[in-house]
Amino acid sequence: MIALALPAATTEEGFVAPTIEDTHYRDILPWGDAYGVWFDPGFGKQMLMVILSVVLIATFFLIASRRSQLVPGKVQFLGESAYGFVRNSIGKDIIGGKDFLKYVPWLFTAFFFVLVNNIFGAIPFLQLPSFSHPGSAYAIAAIFYLLWVGIGIKKHGLRYFKLAVVPSGVPWYILPIVVPIEIISNFIVRPVTHSLRLFATMLAGHLIVTLAGSAIEYMVSTGNILLQGTSVLVLVGAVAMYMLEALIMILQAYVFTLLAAIYIEGALHADAH
Amino acid sequence: MLNAAIMAAEEGSSPLAPNWWEFLVTLAGFAVLMFIVIKFVMPAFEKTFAERTAAIEGGIAKAEAAQAEANAALNEYKQQLVDARTEANRIREEARAEGAQILADLKEKAAAESARITEQAHVQIEAERQAAVVSLRAEVGTLATELASRIVGESLADDARSSRVVDRFLADLESSSQSAGAAK
Repeated sequence: MIALALPAATTEEGFVAPTIEDTHYRDILPWGDAYGVWFDPGFGKQMLMVILSVVLIATFFLIASRRSQLVPGKVQFLGESAYGFVRNSIGKDIIGGKDFLKYVPWLFTAFFFVLVNNIFGAIPFLQLPSFSHPGSAYAIAAIFYLLWVGIGIKKHGLRYFKLAVVPSGVPWYILPIVVPIEIISNFIVRPVTHSLRLFATMLAGHLIVTLAGSAIEYMVSTGNILLQGTSVLVLVGAVAMYMLEALIMILQAYVFTLLAAIYIEGALHADAH
Repeated sequence: MLNAAIMAAEEGSSPLAPNWWEFLVTLAGFAVLMFIVIKFVMPAFEKTFAERTAAIEGGIAKAEAAQAEANAALNEYKQQLVDARTEANRIREEARAEGAQILADLKEKAAAESARITEQAHVQIEAERQAAVVSLRAEVGTLATELASRIVGESLADDARSSRVVDRFLADLESSSQSAGAAK
């Protein structure tokens, strides 16, 4: 923040850092305005990209799984590897048991939905990770929140809430402290962190890249040779950050799915924890 | 820009305030994707996985069966070989025993034959000797008589007499030879 404030403080008309509002593109179809609806139902770039991701993922996996053969071709092999990764490395290893397969579609869909939408942030011209918008992050975290709470209730009945918040082996006189902590951590903090982790990492990465881009633009346009020279350093830093962001995009998709699997497993085996 | 300003005003400055349309679009997108995954993608992949597992396990089972069959055949052949070898040994032993038997028989037969031939030869020789003795006796008698008559100069025409003399002479000869044989 200091670094951002510095140029603004030293020069009169100086550098204005991009804000979060700048990452929200103008709506492509602002039909909310056109029809004078009081709320804002505009159709923006982010929504288009979410839909695009659905089309891309569905198309790829439909092609990969169509006419499956025992000895797979290239596309089928790629699809099977991707599916097998989520199925075995996340579903089977974390949830395990006989019926982990029931939850694989949730994990599989979530992983590739998040992954592709994240990677959008690293693709020129698209350049917007969909989950840097909080609405999307809340939505996907909410899906899994409802899913694992539902699984817990289905599996253990209403006793699930007792199992989830009353840890076994704790002396009764500590329970008044432990139970509220467990309630807060399991049912409030968990879904919030689940969504915010994804949203914040994506937004931060997106902002850094945006910031670097606008900084370079500003430096080059000043006409000051020293600032123009410095812009090269910013560019190098921006490329490094871009690479780091690309890594984080993939990592966050994995982390999100892994946590979802861990929460599902925790709900399934609430009596064992 | 106006719209963005409205949006910003509505959402305030908090970056945590969601655009509910984005929320809904994400839910819908997830639902659609989930439907496609459950309906098409996952069954196809799972089917392929199961088929592949079955194919590999089937292949292994088939290979194991073939291996077992080959082992059984090998054991059978080995057993047959052992049987054949035993059989051959038995036959060889039998043949050897039979051969020995035949040889012994032949030897016995040959010995009997040779004994018979020897016996026959002895008999024949004896007979011939007897014949020779008889013939010699006759001849010697005649020759001696003739010789004697020549020496004496008269014919010993009296056959009876002459033959009696000859007989006596021969008997003497014989007895002398016999006594000589006995003395030996």
